[in-house]
Amino acid sequence: MRIKKHPILDFKQKDKVSFRFNGKIIYGVKGDTIASALHENGIKKLSESIHLKRPRGFYCAIGNCASCNMVVDGKPNVRTCITPLKEGMVVENQVGKGKV
Amino acid sequence: MQEKEVIIVGAGPAGLMAAYKILEAGANVTLIDRNRNLGGQLIKQTHKFFGSEKQYASKRGIDIMNILIDKIKAYEDRLEILNETSVVGMYKDKVIACLKGDTFFKLKGKSIIVATGASEKSIPFENNDLPGVYAAGAVQTLMNEYGVKPGDKVVMVGSGNIGLIVSYQLLQAGVKVKALVEAAPKISGYLVHASKIQRLGVDIKTSTSIKKAIGKDSVEKVEIWDLDPTWQGIEGSEQILDVDTVCISVGLAPLTELMQQLGAEVRYIKELGGNVPVIDARYQTTVKGVYACGDVVGIEEASSAMVEGKITGLNVLEDLGYNVLDSRQALKAYHEELKFLRDGPHASKVRSGYLKRGMLT
Amino acid sequence: MIEKNGIAAIELYKQEFPEDENTLLKPKAIIECYKEIPCNPCETSCPFDAIHVGEDINARPQIDFDKCTGCGICAYSCPGLAISIRALDKESDKAEMKFPYEFIPRPTKGQMINIVDRAGKKLTKGKVLNVIDKPRQNKTALIHIEMDKKYLYDAATVEVII
Repeated sequence: MRIKKHPILDFKQKDKVSFRFNGKIIYGVKGDTIASALHENGIKKLSESIHLKRPRGFYCAIGNCASCNMVVDGKPNVRTCITPLKEGMVVENQVGKGKV
Repeated sequence: MQEKEVIIVGAGPAGLMAAYKILEAGANVTLIDRNRNLGGQLIKQTHKFFGSEKQYASKRGIDIMNILIDKIKAYEDRLEILNETSVVGMYKDKVIACLKGDTFFKLKGKSIIVATGASEKSIPFENNDLPGVYAAGAVQTLMNEYGVKPGDKVVMVGSGNIGLIVSYQLLQAGVKVKALVEAAPKISGYLVHASKIQRLGVDIKTSTSIKKAIGKDSVEKVEIWDLDPTWQGIEGSEQILDVDTVCISVGLAPLTELMQQLGAEVRYIKELGGNVPVIDARYQTTVKGVYACGDVVGIEEASSAMVEGKITGLNVLEDLGYNVLDSRQALKAYHEELKFLRDGPHASKVRSGYLKRGMLT
Repeated sequence: MIEKNGIAAIELYKQEFPEDENTLLKPKAIIECYKEIPCNPCETSCPFDAIHVGEDINARPQIDFDKCTGCGICAYSCPGLAISIRALDKESDKAEMKFPYEFIPRPTKGQMINIVDRAGKKLTKGKVLNVIDKPRQNKTALIHIEMDKKYLYDAATVEVII
C-alpha cells in the first residue's frame, strides 16, 4: 500500500525501520508515524473502545481527535498518528483506559 | 522563565507570514509548532492554488510552503523555532505552557499570535467509528505526507473544496473513488473542481447521504441513501457501495481551546466554523497583546490566512513600537486583497460570519 | 445541471467556443470557468493579453479570440484545469485538442486513446499527437490529441485507468 510513483510528489526509497506490533515484528520506513506504518501493513484497528469494545482506528491523523491512542513502549494514550516511528518500538492495541 | 518578544503559536500559512513580516522589521520571533515540519496543512496540498499572484496563485501548496519557510529562514539569527512542541496552556499574563516530548516549560511573550488553525468535523451515522472512516484531511496526510494509500475504494462524503480536491488527489494516488455524496441539493465547492472529477469518472450524487458503514473490524461496504427536500433519508432508496474507506469532508472547526483558556472572548458563529475569538480590525483579541489570525478566526482558505498573517504581523510591530516604513500603505493593500478574496459568491458565508462577529474598534 | 454534478450541459459549454467555427482553424483557448471564484492566473499567464479578468479577481475570464494564439500557457496555469485548446483541421475531418493532465503514466506519442466527455463517458478513440511536459509547467502536462471533428465540442479529457 506504499505509493512508489506519484504524478506530483517524489517518494524516495527510505530506510526500513523494524518495530513490534502485538508481539510480531513488522516494518515501516524512516519518516513514518506509528499509525502510518501500521496502516501500510494493513493494520487499521488500533484499539478498542472503552465500554463497548468496538474497533477503533485513527480519524483526523494530525493529533486532534485522540482516536489513534495506543500503548507504545508500555506507555498508554500515545497519539500514534503524530508520534514518529523509532526502531524497536513496542506497539500494542490499547484496551481500556490504559495504566498510567 | 524566559520572556520572548513575539511568540507565534502555529507555523501554518498564517503563522509563517506573520513571522516573516515581524522578522523583516527587525524583531525577534519564537515560532512554535506541534509538528516536526513547519507549514501546517500546506505540506499536503499538491494542487495549484487559486487567488492572485500576491497569494502565489498557480503555485502548488507544497511549493508555497517552501517559499514561506525560505523567507523566514533568511532571518535565522532572530528566529527561534520550537517544533514538536505543543502549547498546552495559555494564561492571562501572556504566559504559555509548552510540552516537548516529556519536557514541560513556560515562556512569556510581550506579544502572542495564535494561529492554530482548525480541526475536521464529523457527522453521525451508524458505525461512523469503524476503522476506515477517516477525515478527508487524514487521507490527504497519509497519501501526500507519508506516501501510504488509505485504501483501495473510497466514498467521499461532502462536496466542499476539500472533498472535491481530496477526491482528485486520491485518483492521482491510484485509489478508486466510487462516488462523492453531498447531502445538500447543490455542490458547495468550486465547480471547476467538481467538473475535474466528474470527467474522470467520479459520480457526484447530491441530495444523498451515507446511512451506515458496514464491516467487522473495518469498513467493508457502505449504505447510502437519497435525501428528501427536508434532508430526511428516503426509505427504500438505499444503495450499497463496495468501498473500504469513507472520507468525511464536512467542514472544519477552529481550534480555539487556547483562547478560551486565556479568557479571551470567544463567540459561536456558525458561518465561520464554530467558536471563534472576538477580534478587532487589527486582529487583536480581547486580551491585550494577544492576536489571532488564519483559520482559527474563521474557516477560509490558505490564501486569506497568508494575508491575515501579514496584517497581524504589521499590527504587532506597531504595538511593540516598531516604525515600519510604508506600513499604512501595506496594510491598506493587504485589506484590499482580503476584500477581493472575499467578494465572490463562494465567500458569502464568510462575509455574513464577519458581520455577525463585528469588529471592535 | 452543473450545480448538481459538475457536468456542464452543451448549452453552457458551446457558449465558450467562438461563434464562427472557422475561428478554430487556428487553435484557441476554450475557458470553462462557469462560476465566480477569486482567481486570475489565466489572465496573468497569457503572454498575448488575450484573457481579461480585471481588478476584481472574482470576475469570470473573458477571452479575445483575435489575440489568442492557442499557445496553451493558460491551460497549464489554470489551477482548476478548466481550460483546453481546440482547433479544427481545414483539410481533414479531424479536430485537435490540447488539455491539462496530471496523472502517471503519461500517454505516449502515437498512442490510440479513449476520449471521454464531461461526464466521463467514452466518446471515441483518438490519437496522441504529442505530450508536452516542460519544467515550467510544474507537472501539469498538456496532452495533444487528434480526433474525429464531430467530437470538437463534447470531448473533455482522456480516460484514466485507476
